[in-house]
Amino acid sequence: MSQAASTTYAGDFMGSQPAITLEKVNKWYGSLHVLRDVSLTVGQRERVVVCGPSGSGKSTMIRCINRLEVHQEGRIVVDGTELTDDLRALDSVRREVGMVFQSFNLFPHLTILENCTLAPIWVRKMPRAEAEDLAMDLLKRVKIPEQAHKYPGQLSGGQQQRVAIARALCMRPKIMLFDEPTSALDPEMIKEVLDTMIELAESGMTMICVTHEMGFARQVADRVVFMDQGEIVESGTPERMFEAPGTDRLKLFLSQILRGH
Amino acid sequence: MDAAPTPIRARPLVATIGPVGWARANLFSSWASTAVTLVLGYVILRAVTGLFDWAVLNAIWSVPYNDKGIPDTSVCQTNSAQGACWAVIADKYRLILFGRYPFAEQWRPFICVLLFIGLYIVSAMRRFWRKELALIWAATLTLIGILMWGGVFGLTAVPNDYWGGLPITLILATFGIALAFPLAILVALGRRSTGMPAVKMLCVGYVELIRGVPLISVLFMASVMFPLFMPPGINIDKLLRAQIAVILFAAAYLAEVVRGGLQALPRGQAEAADALGLNYWKKTFLIILPQALRLVIPPLVNTFIGFFKDTSLVLIIGLFDLLTMGKVALSDPPWQSFSTEVYITLGLIYIAFCFAMSKYSRGLERELGQAQRR
Repeated sequence: MSQAASTTYAGDFMGSQPAITLEKVNKWYGSLHVLRDVSLTVGQRERVVVCGPSGSGKSTMIRCINRLEVHQEGRIVVDGTELTDDLRALDSVRREVGMVFQSFNLFPHLTILENCTLAPIWVRKMPRAEAEDLAMDLLKRVKIPEQAHKYPGQLSGGQQQRVAIARALCMRPKIMLFDEPTSALDPEMIKEVLDTMIELAESGMTMICVTHEMGFARQVADRVVFMDQGEIVESGTPERMFEAPGTDRLKLFLSQILRGH
Repeated sequence: MDAAPTPIRARPLVATIGPVGWARANLFSSWASTAVTLVLGYVILRAVTGLFDWAVLNAIWSVPYNDKGIPDTSVCQTNSAQGACWAVIADKYRLILFGRYPFAEQWRPFICVLLFIGLYIVSAMRRFWRKELALIWAATLTLIGILMWGGVFGLTAVPNDYWGGLPITLILATFGIALAFPLAILVALGRRSTGMPAVKMLCVGYVELIRGVPLISVLFMASVMFPLFMPPGINIDKLLRAQIAVILFAAAYLAEVVRGGLQALPRGQAEAADALGLNYWKKTFLIILPQALRLVIPPLVNTFIGFFKDTSLVLIIGLFDLLTMGKVALSDPPWQSFSTEVYITLGLIYIAFCFAMSKYSRGLERELGQAQRR
């Protein structure tokens, strides 16, 4: 299905250069081949949802984009910078790419505000007062400014994940990566996080989101990418993917998650 | 089917409230428990009253001295079965605390001990946990060095062969822990580094080598064998060599404690720091270590306490620490038979320092733990 994998994106994303380019990326854990010739191009301000069964390599792929995982073959270019062993290039990529994790990964020894201001102060060298103003603005945007002086352990899962989003946004990233942001949440908290993400998507942020929330995909995704067994099997608009899946593997996957819901 | 919610009931009144209730529940809940309570109560009562009689009621606090200044300990000798002879402490406390330091100058080590204690107290207070604390340490330790060595500001010079007692113990323990701790952190980080196999092997080798030998043999190495390897004419001070041995030894143990904390930390913390663009050192010092060290406060303090007491092993290489001075004091013929009194006193000094450490660590754990309940 390599033809489906290299689907071109809609014309209005064709800026001067794509935000993210993956070219025939391969990765192995020991002898386990977890990414197989993955090629994907994400345009500026494009919103891509990645789905697939567990173990399909979707998390690994998204973690390769800010090099939390190292790929062994192929090229990954983010915002014009290729990811290599060059640490300086990596630092500049990581400054521009925000990430939200399944398990929030807030820093439990710091207050919510300190979680948000840490990277702007230490990485962007922003004055503390300015960083705090920025953090409060973003905490307002995710609707929890009143929690600023609490510690992560005092917040609910949904609130923690919204803080994690605000923390990533405090670096003013050009690209946001979401790695199953709602999978660790209780059902009643999923909506508040998705609402935050929808608002972010509508503001024009370039986003790649690994999720099983098909409603979210329908509402905001420009493109849905389906992965299975380490490769991109199929990709297309959410309508096309959900109404007319082109492969049996996607059909099977969709029937499984729909039954689950 | 939509039943009313279960009404909220008040907690039942239990008879286990108050000291009487507590005693009834814990000491006299059955006939067997009552019997054990009575037997143990009797034993404890006898032991405590016996100790009190010996240490206080029948104790002798001072002895007469003859005209040559030699104490007449015959009263103590005859009383030795019934009561303690605290006169030995009254006679020898300055020797025990300050060793062979010139008698007229012993106010200097005394002030040094106070400075050490003050330094500990300041370091223990969280509101002093900032950059200036390093300056306070540097200034205090310099001041202690000036006071102990002298030779400047009109103080007579006292070479460190004459130092002894509590200052030696505090010097070895303070420098030992203060320098071993940062070294331990570096070794622990090195042992976990994935990018630098040579550094990792060096750290593993260091820890395994030091842990594999007893402290006494490290001290022997430092005091006896090390000078043999040095070119002639170069002589490193004995106290310094012992100090380095203690630092290297403590660092190996502390490194393993720190590594335990590093390993207990979820991987996501490092990943989140990476994703925010923090470099290795910022990630380590802002995110990883503050959490990892907090996790290992109990074993860290355990190790600190162990090393505070282990400094007494330097007696084997002829340094006069607190314990050694106790032995020296007992070598004076009139006092030879009163070792119990001297060792109890030494024990109380060690307990004072160690108990303060453990009490403080429990408070610190509670204080730091309050913020982050996960």
